[in-house]
Amino acid sequence: MTDYEVVIGLEVHVQLATRSKIFSWSSAAFGAEPNTATDPVCLGLPGALPVLNQAVVDAAVRLGLAVGSKIRQRCRFARKHYFYPDLPKGFQISQFDEPICEGGTVRFRLRGEPREVRLVRIHLEEDAGKNIHADSSKSLVDLNRAGVPLCEIVSEPEVRSADEAAEYVRAIRTMVRYLGIGDGNMEEGSLRCDANVSLRPRGTTTLGTKTEIKNMNSFKNVRDAIEHEVKRQAAVLDGGGRIVQETRLWDPGRGVTQAMRSKEQAHDYRYFPEPDLPPVVVSDAALAALRSSLPELPEDRFVRYTGPLGLSQQDAGVLVAEREIAAYFDAVIAAGAPAKRAANWVINDVLARVGDARGLGAADLSVPPAALAELCRLVDDGTLSGKLAKDVFGRMWSERRTAADIVATEGLAQVSDGGELEDICRRIVAEHPAEAARFKESPKLMGFFVGQIMKATGGKGNPKTINEILRRLLA
Amino acid sequence: MTIDARGATAVAIADKVRAGTWLARDVVEHYLDRIARLDGALGCYLLVDADGARRRADAVDAVRKAGRDPGALAGVPLGIKDIFCTRGVETTCASAILRGFKPPYESTATARLAAAGGVMLGKLNMDEFAMGSSNENSSVKPVRNPWSVAHVPGGSSGGSAASVAASLCAGSIGTDTGGSIRQPAALCGVVGVKPTYGLVSRYGVIAFASSLDHPGPFGRTVEDAAALLEAMAGPDPLDATSIPQPVGAYREAARAGRTGATPLAGVRLGVPDEYFQAGMDPEVEAAVRAALDELARAGAKLVKVSLPNTKYAIATYYLICTAEASSNLARYDGVKYGHRAAGVSSLEDLYTKTRGEGFGAEPKRRIMLGAYVLRAGYYEAYYGKALRARRKLADDFSAAFAACDAIVTPTSPVPAFKFGERMGDPLQMYLADVLTVAPNLAGVPAVSQPCGFTKSGLPIGLQTIGPTLGEEICFRVASAYEARTDWHTRRPPEAS
Repeated sequence: MTDYEVVIGLEVHVQLATRSKIFSWSSAAFGAEPNTATDPVCLGLPGALPVLNQAVVDAAVRLGLAVGSKIRQRCRFARKHYFYPDLPKGFQISQFDEPICEGGTVRFRLRGEPREVRLVRIHLEEDAGKNIHADSSKSLVDLNRAGVPLCEIVSEPEVRSADEAAEYVRAIRTMVRYLGIGDGNMEEGSLRCDANVSLRPRGTTTLGTKTEIKNMNSFKNVRDAIEHEVKRQAAVLDGGGRIVQETRLWDPGRGVTQAMRSKEQAHDYRYFPEPDLPPVVVSDAALAALRSSLPELPEDRFVRYTGPLGLSQQDAGVLVAEREIAAYFDAVIAAGAPAKRAANWVINDVLARVGDARGLGAADLSVPPAALAELCRLVDDGTLSGKLAKDVFGRMWSERRTAADIVATEGLAQVSDGGELEDICRRIVAEHPAEAARFKESPKLMGFFVGQIMKATGGKGNPKTINEILRRLLA
Repeated sequence: MTIDARGATAVAIADKVRAGTWLARDVVEHYLDRIARLDGALGCYLLVDADGARRRADAVDAVRKAGRDPGALAGVPLGIKDIFCTRGVETTCASAILRGFKPPYESTATARLAAAGGVMLGKLNMDEFAMGSSNENSSVKPVRNPWSVAHVPGGSSGGSAASVAASLCAGSIGTDTGGSIRQPAALCGVVGVKPTYGLVSRYGVIAFASSLDHPGPFGRTVEDAAALLEAMAGPDPLDATSIPQPVGAYREAARAGRTGATPLAGVRLGVPDEYFQAGMDPEVEAAVRAALDELARAGAKLVKVSLPNTKYAIATYYLICTAEASSNLARYDGVKYGHRAAGVSSLEDLYTKTRGEGFGAEPKRRIMLGAYVLRAGYYEAYYGKALRARRKLADDFSAAFAACDAIVTPTSPVPAFKFGERMGDPLQMYLADVLTVAPNLAGVPAVSQPCGFTKSGLPIGLQTIGPTLGEEICFRVASAYEARTDWHTRRPPEAS
């Protein structure tokens, strides 16, 4: 069995979340009744002409700037021809020899280790419609999706494993969501991924014959499909066979890739510059404005969280996964909460309660960042015990009240007064002489005494003070 | 109140309707009656929308009666080349593949004409998908030249030219991709205008070759054409290639050409040798030379100019137009609208049968040529080279316009030819465009107008080419010539 190096290049299609389509005015939103989000242009009616939606250009340029691409400040669209019922004009308006972005690097983490995958290009194009095979006798076409703007992100063949491929795609989704240019939902198809996979004996540099894997509509599919394809290719090569260059569809039900009929692949796309659209021009001023509109990017945030803020890689990973989580967390620490405590609250309590983490971007949160910071402060200054704080947070969330209000009205403030606690401790020790006598050989009994005292104080006793008093009394 | 279609110009009709002298409805009835009596022999119309025309005319009259201005083209009966999408009215490009297609939307050009009070009578015959120079490529019927029904009217806008010549409408619109307005205008003895690329929106104009298609007007006179252009032109947010420039004062330019003894004093008119080559009909050359003398008498200074790359124009044109056509015609696949083949066994079968049955010979020929031109690995050799040649041709015009204000040439090297005469030889047919394609490649405006007749009574056309957005100088020159001659007042024979 040869030791193979896996070579993967990825083509990721990202739907851009613009209001209208890339070349016409109908809605680009997902989920309308079939063929209602259409207009003469995206239906390919005779005489209809494309007009470029500027928001699409801005989105692609921002994505390019975020990954360090070179922005082509003058570029053209091209027509890519093939016949298919979901392609109403018989050609797709895409970019060919003049992509709007070239080069760039996607940075992400694979099991905590930093990884970089360089990009070949990012280009703009229109989505096709959808064929729906109703039954064996007929097919239906829904053109709502026709003309939805797409960014195609093409990587160099630098991805080395199925896991890395999945993390790369996830990083693109995170980036797209950070930039607010798309929702990156793989299940709804607003982020799609094709993988070019080949193997070569480790240590060699010539690329092996590749296959293209399609139809992977989740991160798990990406990983499973590539893993399967790597095994399949290795088995073919080990058996002395040759890899056929072909497109293979992932069948998630059966867990295999299957070759498409080769007839469907034999395309000469007859590209030529789209004559209906003048060249796209991105002025220096527009470029500068778009650059200054970029938010802090995920990897930069990760470095800040694990460096100056001292968070663990795991916590930082959770916090940067969505822009809204990170923004919420940043707001909590900006309101004065210590980073580690704030991270714990956000990860263990806030994220457990909010359904979609992106909901943290809402203006009307039941626990806004400043309220969480106040809760942290009450715990830090000893006013509230850690245990009670959990309950208080729950009530803040459900009752939309502040921590200070709950503590004051419910009398939940921690008892730290030495004198008061000492009296209670003395009484409890006196009530349990047998346990007090056994304490010396069995220090575990400290837990028993603390428990009894907490019960007596209604949970409000400061555990640190109680420990000190008990240790003295039982010595 | 006798309406005389043969005598009245479009602007005269509009003036009378605006003044309330004539009712738009009466004008329309008069023209509908003429179409009913005379078009059977000519074949100009593919569809007469009589009820719609009456409705539109009544609406114009109602506006006038309400004391509001019904517009610069109030009540002017118009013929519309069947390449313009008209909402709810069948639009086929004279192709079987679009039979039954009723657009759910209106082209910008026709919408603007209607907004100016123009009244569409119906849809005009043409070469299928605007591919042809004789109108013999209509899938429905040929158009006959009103001056001689044995002769072709030219193409592709043959119906647009012949209908104006025969007074079956007071003005019409067409499209010019390589001469498709000017050449039939010349062969039918009317005025035809190919404006600057982007001056008139292409939105709703069924595409043949997107970078070469120019919608434009036909009129009996220069001012009629200018009035139609004024209504059609202007920036359109629905066409990304439309020019963001205000519309020029074309009618005023036409009137200026009629003013004074030497209305062209100070105007330099370029005469390119390359447009007076062997193969030109001697009667055409004589008529055009005489027209040049007349223009000189109107005050113009004639200067020699050179357009040295003219010899590449036809090859360049056919590479670009076939490539774009093969792309633009890909959408006719039987899936969404128009013709769909029956009894198909697979998707591929649906495509090949639908397109095999739906397209005529000329679109098929151009689709195949265009697909060949664009195939992978040959782009640079053909399409890329054609784009470079196109730039050289545009540079020729820029250089020439440094030395002159407009260029005057024949429109067609020959007068109308007989049916069938050139159909056997596509290459010979393509050469009919030799004097008209270069302005399409360069995007500059050009006007064709009548400048005489052959001994056998066939019209001859004079072409005035202007620089980019130079419509006004073209109209001024054409109008000056028109004012000094009476070719435009002649009418073809009419069965009574």
